[in-house]
Amino acid sequence: MILFEVFLNGLLLGGMYGLIALGLNLQYGVARILNLSYGEFFVGGAFTAFFTIMLWQFNPMLSLFISMPIAFAASWLIYQVLMMPLIRRAPDQDALDADVVLVTFGLFFVFQGLALVYWSGDLRGYSFLARPVHIFGATIAMNRLLAFSGACLIALTLFGVLRYTRFGAALRAITIDPVAASLVGIDVRKYSAIAFAVGGALAASAGMLVSTFISFSATDGVVYTLKALIVVIMAGVGRVTGTLAAGLLLGVVESLGGYLIDPALTIAINFGLFMLILLIRPTGLFTRA
Amino acid sequence: MEPLLSVNKLRKAFGGLVAVRDVSFEIPQGSIMGLIGPNGSGKTTVLNLITAELSADSGSVTFQGKEILGLQSYQVCRSKIARTFQLVRVLPHMTTRENVMLGRMFGSDPTTPTEAEHEADVLLKRVGMAGRADLFASQLTYIDQKRIELARALATRPQLLLLDEWLAGLNPTELRIGIDLISQIRREGITIVMIEHVMEAIRALCDRCVVLNAGEKIAEGTAQSVLSDPEVMHAYLGVDDAAA
Amino acid sequence: MLENIKKAPYATALIVLGTVVLAFVPMFVSGYIMSVFILLFANVALATAWSFFSGATRYISLATAAFFGIGIYVLAVAHVYVPIPIALAAAAGIGFLVALVIGLSTLRLRGVYFVVFTFGLTELIHQVLNWWEIKINRTVSRYIFTDISNVSIYETLLAITVVTIVGSWFVSRSRLGFALRAIGEDETVARHAGINTTLVKVICFALSASVMALVGAVLALRYPYIDASIAFNNTWSFQVLIAALLGGPGRVWGPMIGAVPLVLLSEFLAGSFPHHFSIALGLCFVVIVYFLPGGITRLVLRLYHSWHAQYMRKEAH
Repeated sequence: MILFEVFLNGLLLGGMYGLIALGLNLQYGVARILNLSYGEFFVGGAFTAFFTIMLWQFNPMLSLFISMPIAFAASWLIYQVLMMPLIRRAPDQDALDADVVLVTFGLFFVFQGLALVYWSGDLRGYSFLARPVHIFGATIAMNRLLAFSGACLIALTLFGVLRYTRFGAALRAITIDPVAASLVGIDVRKYSAIAFAVGGALAASAGMLVSTFISFSATDGVVYTLKALIVVIMAGVGRVTGTLAAGLLLGVVESLGGYLIDPALTIAINFGLFMLILLIRPTGLFTRA
Repeated sequence: MEPLLSVNKLRKAFGGLVAVRDVSFEIPQGSIMGLIGPNGSGKTTVLNLITAELSADSGSVTFQGKEILGLQSYQVCRSKIARTFQLVRVLPHMTTRENVMLGRMFGSDPTTPTEAEHEADVLLKRVGMAGRADLFASQLTYIDQKRIELARALATRPQLLLLDEWLAGLNPTELRIGIDLISQIRREGITIVMIEHVMEAIRALCDRCVVLNAGEKIAEGTAQSVLSDPEVMHAYLGVDDAAA
Repeated sequence: MLENIKKAPYATALIVLGTVVLAFVPMFVSGYIMSVFILLFANVALATAWSFFSGATRYISLATAAFFGIGIYVLAVAHVYVPIPIALAAAAGIGFLVALVIGLSTLRLRGVYFVVFTFGLTELIHQVLNWWEIKINRTVSRYIFTDISNVSIYETLLAITVVTIVGSWFVSRSRLGFALRAIGEDETVARHAGINTTLVKVICFALSASVMALVGAVLALRYPYIDASIAFNNTWSFQVLIAALLGGPGRVWGPMIGAVPLVLLSEFLAGSFPHHFSIALGLCFVVIVYFLPGGITRLVLRLYHSWHAQYMRKEAH
């Protein structure tokens, strides 16, 4: 029965990971920017939620109305000001990846440095809806369930937009072939910028949701960037359903691994799974080869 | 006499798209074979499968009697098979000479940088690039880049040379020079496979031709017979236009 | 080897002279200045080692701190059981082996997998070692008891730095160096020209990692006490990256030039304002990538070439 609980918690956590990865998927799949400072937006979302409930005593979910627009705007600016010059001068994707990795690594240091200066490296947490809920005989925290529902809602909205709107079709076209997309009249730059910005907003939203049940600190950015990267690479860049499935997989493996081996080794377990996938199916679990 | 290269039921699919479907042909030593067909018919894919840039789903390729499918690209090169690329690939921030030295240093007969330098100069002269050995490859014109790509391929001392549309985009004079160069290479004993669209070159150089369409071999024979084959004309021009 | 020396007599003389001069510096300066030099040597050696692999092949490794930390840790553990020189060798060896494993797993694939892996490596090893220490030793800290003088550390690091630079230089003129450059320019071409690219990449990555581990091990001798958080600090990866890129990864002496302003800046800021230092580094970094893609060396070379061309034109008249 405990194993089932662990499994269920893993699924709920995995939903979070799927959501985080969706944002990075947009940034790398559409805008083709491998953003190593991605996790810092997650941290930003978490801290905004923290201050919302601790300083202003409001429901932390309301912080989304602050953190998501800020993350959106900041990401959009980063794309237009910092990334566009790199995109223009790179001869191919590999050269662009190299430049982008360096710049976003730099941004990661800037953001993390700022976070440490203003918010210190202390571990933060707050209690929100920490009541037990009983499902199929297992006991789960309500905040986890709520966070998972939030993630599902956001993911479904994204899926709907991608599947059923013109905007979504444009994004999907750019993911497959940006040159061809521009040839059929899609403004690749504008849409890529928006996709990148939405990615940042998604990271912030994931940060808020996760902060309701996991404690965090200003230095956590790296860890969540890594998780997002691992999920995106496992799933193969591009597909929403694949990304969510890979996220769930990571969550379950991490949860079970933490229970069976040791909860202090989560990164090692993440990497273990990552290496396994790299060895078996480097093109991704869910891509059509 | 045993053929130099023997391709047997080679097959490669990308998801649902079968790019190369059970293609088979043989190439005798010392000949020049033309691999022709409309765009997208799988010609470059065949080359990529032979040089291990892609892995085949099934089939076999034997070179000098030995199976080479399953080798890695560098091993294929060391087995004396060299190629050029459809979209020319040079090392942009290295000099013309260094680009050619690369082939000599690591090809089928590896040697020291000094030795490679000497031979690179000889090869550059051969392809008409003698005075420009110290320029950076990125500073060269497209045609000149093609020339050093060929020199680099020759520097690896191949027995089989795979040319992917090497004569494309040349004006009549350059085409004549290019055709002569390829003839010269054959006279030295190197076997050649040419993917080409330039029919004049095909007629002038090729002993035999294999025609691919949509991944399948639809004709094989001398350049003359293949180019007057109605099915080949259908493939290139479409049924209505071919009938005209 | 003699052939290479004959080809560049000035550079050789400069290196020999420079090494001798630097070797005698400790006799004339204070302990503080010597510390700055020690830090400088460490950064130069690390940056040169980084550039040796990543500069040539364009596979960006963000894992310098991981190997540096491995070096520190191996020394901290091993020095209790074996003499220091053996501990240093062990550090280099283990750094080599870890890099070998990582290289074999990720360097067969596209560059982006390698980068992502190295990005997380420092955190990974940090977490694993922390767990190990708590589980097995019930303590996070390790004490380093040695009576090695600062001067010895200085001279050892000087030697390591010189060997790294000279070694890097020799390789750059050899077949291996050529292969590395070809891989960085166009890996497909390199493969088809007969280079076993995976082997070359893995070996060179492992070599650069072993130098990084060795440097970490030597520096560890200066700390009385270490724990995983001290040993594995991403800032090292970052500093080394900046030094290499600022100086210019294309030339052997590039990282050397880039390291100097960086060490000075870090001396000025890092102690008192570590977080602001990170921010300043981050901004420097972004500026470098935009305005100095080839580093200072490319800028200097360009200026030199245009000056030279002007000079030749004047001579012609």
